[in-house]
Amino acid sequence: MILAVTEVSKSYASAEGRVPVLSGVSLSLQAGQSLALTGESGSGKSTLLHLIAGLDAMDAGEIMLAGVSISGLQDAGRAALRRDKIGLVFQQFNLIPSLDVGANLAFQARLAGRHDAAWAAHLAEALGLGGLLRRWPDQLSGGQQQRVAIGRALAARPALILADEPTGNLDEATGDTVLGLMLGLVAEAGTSLLMVTHSQRLAARLDRQLHLSSGRVAP
Amino acid sequence: MIHAALGAILSHWRRHPLQLAMLVTGLAVATALWSGVQAINAEARAAYDRAAGVLGQDRLDRLVGSDGTDLTIEGFARLRRAGWAVSPVLEGQLDGGLRILGIEPLTLPRGAAMAGAPGLASGDLTGFLVGEVVFAAPETLARPEVAATLAGLMARPAPDLPPMTVLADIGLAARLSGQPEAVTALILDPNRPAPGPVPAGLILKPAAPDDGIARLTDSFHLNLTAFAVLAFAVGIFIVHSAIGLAFEQRRGVMRTLRALGLSARMLGALVLVELLVLALIGGSIGIGLGYLLAAALLPDVAATLGGLYGAAVPGVLELRAAWVVAGIGMAVAGTLLAAGQGLWQVWQLPPLAIARPQAWAGAGAATRRLQVLAGLALWAGAALALTSGTGLWAGFAVLTGLLLGAALLLPTLLSAGLFLGARWSRGVVAHWFWADTRHQLPGLSLALMALLLAVSANVGVGTMVASFRATFTGWLDQRLASELYLTAESPSQAAEIRGWLLPRVDAVLPILSVEVPLGGPSNSQPGEVFGVADHATYRDKWPLLAGVPGVWDAIARGDGVLINEQMSLRQGLGLGDMVALPGGALPVAGVYSDYGNPAPQAMLGLSTFERRFPGKAALRFALRLPPDEVAAMAKALTKRFDLGEGALVDQAAVKAFSLRVFERTFAVTAALNTLTLGVAGIAMLASLLTLASLRLPQLAPVWAMGLTQRRLAGLDLVRTLVLAMGTALLALPLGLALAWVLLAVVNVEAFGWRLPMQVFPADWLRLLLAALVAALVAGVFPALRLMQRQPADLLRIFANER
Repeated sequence: MILAVTEVSKSYASAEGRVPVLSGVSLSLQAGQSLALTGESGSGKSTLLHLIAGLDAMDAGEIMLAGVSISGLQDAGRAALRRDKIGLVFQQFNLIPSLDVGANLAFQARLAGRHDAAWAAHLAEALGLGGLLRRWPDQLSGGQQQRVAIGRALAARPALILADEPTGNLDEATGDTVLGLMLGLVAEAGTSLLMVTHSQRLAARLDRQLHLSSGRVAP
Repeated sequence: MIHAALGAILSHWRRHPLQLAMLVTGLAVATALWSGVQAINAEARAAYDRAAGVLGQDRLDRLVGSDGTDLTIEGFARLRRAGWAVSPVLEGQLDGGLRILGIEPLTLPRGAAMAGAPGLASGDLTGFLVGEVVFAAPETLARPEVAATLAGLMARPAPDLPPMTVLADIGLAARLSGQPEAVTALILDPNRPAPGPVPAGLILKPAAPDDGIARLTDSFHLNLTAFAVLAFAVGIFIVHSAIGLAFEQRRGVMRTLRALGLSARMLGALVLVELLVLALIGGSIGIGLGYLLAAALLPDVAATLGGLYGAAVPGVLELRAAWVVAGIGMAVAGTLLAAGQGLWQVWQLPPLAIARPQAWAGAGAATRRLQVLAGLALWAGAALALTSGTGLWAGFAVLTGLLLGAALLLPTLLSAGLFLGARWSRGVVAHWFWADTRHQLPGLSLALMALLLAVSANVGVGTMVASFRATFTGWLDQRLASELYLTAESPSQAAEIRGWLLPRVDAVLPILSVEVPLGGPSNSQPGEVFGVADHATYRDKWPLLAGVPGVWDAIARGDGVLINEQMSLRQGLGLGDMVALPGGALPVAGVYSDYGNPAPQAMLGLSTFERRFPGKAALRFALRLPPDEVAAMAKALTKRFDLGEGALVDQAAVKAFSLRVFERTFAVTAALNTLTLGVAGIAMLASLLTLASLRLPQLAPVWAMGLTQRRLAGLDLVRTLVLAMGTALLALPLGLALAWVLLAVVNVEAFGWRLPMQVFPADWLRLLLAALVAALVAGVFPALRLMQRQPADLLRIFANER
């Protein structure tokens, strides 16, 4: 098992006191499997994704990623786990504007010390970015930017890809194309995928689906 | 509607208090440095006006002795009888450094501005003539040594008199100063024509178009003003930075206000009101700070002006309406200048404009190209001013073009360096670091330009001062070659002392001097002619810059004259050119350096001097003797001849005094230099804090991919240091160019002498360290804030709706 989330809870402070976002959420994901996390706005999908990535700290529960308990890690340990085991894809693309497409693609793999030039070249070709490697992020369309973000996440062959609404900023046709590319490459890399999405149509293309409602896993 | 709209616009500052603080700080420091210097200038100029008003100095034609000797009351009476409308003036010295000015109120021309003496202007002379009355400024009268000197006299306050000056009837002045029957000059009534040609033995000294001291000190004040403008510009960089971001961050609000029915004109007016209020707040704080700054610097400025030009300036500051109003005006003008672009955009804002705060920090390729072109154009202008311009303003035009051009070229030069850094870097983090630093450059470029100006000004002025110091010290060694200098009280005492000294010392060198106008009819200036002995002291040591072959033989024979550098430069006199002197013109045999003296000076051989100025007896002597015998000789002389304080001055004391005057001369410049560097540090801090929030979208993904906040903060600090170091390194050659312009162009125009430029790498190292410390101080706080940011702040970057 690549991911095991057990009874995870998270709340945020507000003027009215603490507001629970996640309450006793549990899920698991096998290596090479894909899981769609669906739910309405505010259901806690993105928060759960952030907790799994070690970007935020949970109040209670446990998250085991590739056999490592995230809750037991300090900031540096969580950063190392993200570097080595996780690939992140965001709705806003979040490319590094100061680096060109080629450097963006290779960035995380080089950060993790696992840069494989042949695999990166293959990803670039497969994602249709071969002719765009010297371009800057602000010279690309939204669909092209998201393909760079997917390539960046896959370049290090991470154990788990966490994707937060990866097609949310794209039109339907482009979104379908991008998702198709991502699923194909995830399968090719043997990586697991946890994807947050609003769309049932897109969720149906993944191996499993899990619905969150008001911070709980819907039955 | 207006109230609601203004509330919405102003609410931004409640949410961003740091930005508001930076804006007000920028305005306050810019105004403070500007108004502080203006306060000093205003105080000094007021002092010159007071001096000129009392003396009628060079504002009226006057008759003086053609050989530099004093006139007499008898001569005055003779001229009056011959129909000359003249009035005698006597200048003398009293104990305690007090200057006394004697006038004859009954004959004083009505046009003479005698503001210092109450009653004179209105024609009421009773208060002036009854009893032994003297007038002086209240601050002068308050000094204990003055009170002692004036004991027994009726001292009356006259606020408009310059410091350490006493005005009295000429008879009283003659008695108090020990110059019976003497007259320094005869003032001519401008309303009554001269009855004939100027009598023999007298020369007409025409009225100067403006006040002499003010003219001499203009360059000093211009230097200070130039610094103030530089510091103001650096402060305005901060203002521009804060206002620019505030405009961009509020575009959303402004768009909404427009959509809700507020006209562009009304919106622009509200923003203008907001800016004016901010300018008034920042300007008022700046005026207060400027007053404190001026009060702290004024004693040094007063000492400088006194030491360098003999201008008396009080060391106490008055709050003058002129510079307060001018300071507020500058604050408003600076704010509008800094906000001009934003204000224009508000006026032109389409209702559907999109807020892009990040775009504010960026600069497009077209903008960068324009910057480079403008920078090159400014450098071309500077080169043109250097080759074709004349006068002090041309010098400042060169400086302005050089500095502003470099500032505009700075981002492109740094960008090229960072590009190379990225290309040559190994490792992904290093590569990202260089690339990201280059990406941040537009947002930091204003602050870096400010740092460039501050560091280059420091290098330039520092090099100038250090060159000056090194040259000046060497020059003092040459110029003050004799071990002991003696001034006798009378010709008879001088003769007695000389006779006593001759068998006891190696040489007794008489020093004779006379004040005469030097130069041609069109460019004559008050100057001094010296007579010196033909001795190895001069032949071996005198700081000659140029000389004909056998120059000292020519001087000894009376076949030539030596002139100082400023006379040579200002009057265009080279070797062989004829110099008009009493008793006939002589060719220039040599030119010598004469730092610290603004007036023309000439030197003749002793016998030539005595022939041309027969009435002058030598009272001053330079004594040559072994250095270890100086103390004993001084003691013996004092005892034997009952010499008063100041009659003997040893070489070391003169050098120490001269160096002290020199150091104070540049104390103000050094203080302004440090303050400018400090303001540049604040500009960096302002920019870094401003960029901190804008940078999160670029940092958050890197953090998400596995770099810790601590490491990112460390890299951010290193980035600030790298940019500061790059800027400071580029500022070095710029500063040296600046030093060259100051030494070879501005100084020559301002002071009349040119100094050899010397470089001091140890000073550069200290300055580089200072720049790095300033950058470190500016960078630490934003880095700490980044390190301590809550993950939620970074996660918000990834949120689907921000």
